[in-house]
Amino acid sequence: MSKDVAVEVRNAVKAFGQGDSAVRALDDVSVDIRKGEFFTLLGPSGCGKTTLLRLIAGFETPSSGQILLDGKDITRDPPNRRPVNTVFQSYALFPHLTVAQNIGFGLEMQGRPKAEIAAVTANMLALVQLGPMAQRKTSQLSGGQQQRVALARALAPRPKVLLLDEPLSALDLKLRKEMQIELKRLQLETGITFIFVTHDQEEALTMSDRIGVMSAGRIRQIGTPRDIYTRPVNRFVASFIGESNFLSGAVETGGVRLSCGDLVEAAGTEGRSGKVTLAVRPEQVRLTRAGEPGALPATITDWVYFGTDTHCHLALSDGTEVVARLQSPATGDAGLEKGKAVALRFAPGAAQVLGD
Amino acid sequence: MAERAFSATRLPGFAMIAVAVFLVLYLPIFTLVIFSFNDANSVAIWGGFSLRWYQIAWANDAVKEAAVRSLIIATSAALIATTVATMAALGTTRRAAFKGQTLIYVIINQPLMVPEIVTAVALLIFFGFIKVTTGYQGLGYLIAAHSAFCVPFAYLPIRARLEGMDLSLETAAADLYATPWQTFRKVTLPILLPGIIAGAMLAFVISLDDVVITEFVKSGGQDTLPTYMLGQIRRAVTPDVNAISTALLVLTVLLLTAFFLLTRRRD
Repeated sequence: MSKDVAVEVRNAVKAFGQGDSAVRALDDVSVDIRKGEFFTLLGPSGCGKTTLLRLIAGFETPSSGQILLDGKDITRDPPNRRPVNTVFQSYALFPHLTVAQNIGFGLEMQGRPKAEIAAVTANMLALVQLGPMAQRKTSQLSGGQQQRVALARALAPRPKVLLLDEPLSALDLKLRKEMQIELKRLQLETGITFIFVTHDQEEALTMSDRIGVMSAGRIRQIGTPRDIYTRPVNRFVASFIGESNFLSGAVETGGVRLSCGDLVEAAGTEGRSGKVTLAVRPEQVRLTRAGEPGALPATITDWVYFGTDTHCHLALSDGTEVVARLQSPATGDAGLEKGKAVALRFAPGAAQVLGD
Repeated sequence: MAERAFSATRLPGFAMIAVAVFLVLYLPIFTLVIFSFNDANSVAIWGGFSLRWYQIAWANDAVKEAAVRSLIIATSAALIATTVATMAALGTTRRAAFKGQTLIYVIINQPLMVPEIVTAVALLIFFGFIKVTTGYQGLGYLIAAHSAFCVPFAYLPIRARLEGMDLSLETAAADLYATPWQTFRKVTLPILLPGIIAGAMLAFVISLDDVVITEFVKSGGQDTLPTYMLGQIRRAVTPDVNAISTALLVLTVLLLTAFFLLTRRRD
């Protein structure tokens, strides 16, 4: 393995329960998380992302497989011996301690000198802009402030990896946006590897260096936000992140022959043959006049106004439904009428062949 | 007119019943307290205000000895019962649900269900057997018996406090390099403390008040305050019993008020 890897998960399996009723929360997961990167585990609830995080933190041990930190096997180490800290979904701040005592807790448990604890705590308070709150009890803080205490507490011992378990889910939208920027800033300033768990695709896309998309205990795709969004490898990823039109067809020379009979260009046809599914993002679908050469004939079945966008529902000649997301014009209704015959085109490179 | 939500306070006769209940509950106690300040020799006829029964009770060595004995037993029993109850509460709540949990709850709370007189007779026989074999006659029997029946009373407030305590607090402490012992010392125990104190106070009051089991278990010359009073009343009802009762009442009310304040406070 390379020197740039902070955390390496090798074939991790976590099963809960016994025998036939056993549930595999993690099913043979392997992933390398690089030093200093903001890595996000994204997936619906129950996909195993939190279990994977808990394995790295040491709150659970895998049924089989290994966890390596900086190349050292830590699979069986208890959480208090791992240089890894967690920001909990519920924050789990100590209610009997002040803000400063909460932040200093990790250093105190490590037996660092008092002067060092005080200095680091002061730095951390400044970093999360909570200086004036140092002597308050955590129950006297707002949700956003508690969140920042939880972050400072986890960062204070300078862990090699910071684990964040859906830390923004309890905040309201505006605060969540602010904290997204704040988190990214903290990650850049501290240079610590962040592993962030969320079910919110927007959070994942805006903050991450790389995303691992999970479902049913497996990692389905790992890549940059742009990779994941523009080149989803399978139907799950394409539908979980953003919206997609799914079209069935068969691979031919020059592209994919859709079920409606038209041939379209598509990425990812190499090495593929026979029946495939094609994914196209709604914002990559363009409307044009009926009869335009090379465009697919379609009929408008409905449209919905969303403010900045208008979603236009179309039916291809064989009835396949396609949604086009069009920018709403400044005035008027863009000439969309139910039943109107039009044609549509996919933006170059927008159609992606999915794996199984 | 709009329907209003059901409220017991609007049922006919609510105020009357409430007043009657309070009278039945508290009138005898008020009478006791008032007559403890009675100057007359009779417990039933008012003869002016006086503290003489308090002085008489205070001057009585048997009362003082019984009081000290009661306090020794109640303090020891409260300490032992609270320690056991804390361990039991930690064992039953700081983990995922496990098989046989209900059975353990039942066993812990058993002293609340078994009739006290049954426990008393059982202990009389059991301790009698030990006394014969070992020859030991001391207060240990009473302390052991009181500790046993105080456990569920100490357990309930501690368990309630633990159940309101996020399990992730201990996980967070472990994540922040605390060993299991440090986690207990620095996180679990300080947060749990109000529950432990409340449990200890409840156990103390329950022990202080016990008659039935004490009466069966005690050896000669081991009267506690309640059994001493019972013995006195068998002979003649004297007003100094009123004074002792009032003193016990004040102590109990103080402890229960402290218990209430501690359990109500949330941080």
